[in-house]
Amino acid sequence: MAGASREHTLKLAAIGTLAGIFSGLFGVGGGTVIVPLLIFWFGYGERLATGTSLGAIVLIGLLGALAQGGLYGNVHLATGLLLSIPAIAGVVMGTAIQQRISQRAVSLLFAALLIGIAIELILK
Amino acid sequence: MDILIAALIAIAGGLAGGLVGVGGGILFVPALTIFLGLSQVEGESTSLLMIVIVALVGAYRQSSYGNLELRDALIIGALSPLGVLIGVVVANEVSQRTLELSFAALALYIAYGLVRRVLSEEA
Repeated sequence: MAGASREHTLKLAAIGTLAGIFSGLFGVGGGTVIVPLLIFWFGYGERLATGTSLGAIVLIGLLGALAQGGLYGNVHLATGLLLSIPAIAGVVMGTAIQQRISQRAVSLLFAALLIGIAIELILK
Repeated sequence: MDILIAALIAIAGGLAGGLVGVGGGILFVPALTIFLGLSQVEGESTSLLMIVIVALVGAYRQSSYGNLELRDALIIGALSPLGVLIGVVVANEVSQRTLELSFAALALYIAYGLVRRVLSEEA
């Protein structure tokens, strides 16, 4: 059990590092890496994977925002807070809708999002 | 008008966050830069602030639905700075186009893995 737990922690560490690399490389929050790896490596259900990903993103984004805001003054606080109001409405709706659709549908939505990102990047 | 479009894009970003567990920055950045006139670096930085707020609310909602492994989330988040550092260094060594194409290839590969998994569960 201790061995399994250590392996679990090591895999989490790998996911954290990979998510960080992606965040640093591409300026994204890391959710695109965290969600599929939690599903593939731990067999997490889609809902658990996306919920846990959001929890991790809080920390990842906080560190980035503090660095950008605190060190470089690049964060527009008022604009960000104002635009967060509709975004919060969106995330509350999104999580509520997610509880009512199948986990497979969540995977397919995620795949569609990834394909959209790939097309956008290729056409750039 | 622009602020209305920005608000609608922000709702869409939040929806994506709630539905598939990403931060929504992919949509927040263009909302901030194209419609609210921020520069790219200001847009990305301000987007990070929005991501934190959206992810916090989303994680809280998911935890009330029983969908949050807090310990796992904290370990992933706490270990990300090392990766960020590696990523920033690599990003400055490799051409932008190489980065874009490699990210596109990886996104397609992950999408393929997810779809294959869904199809094999159905079989």
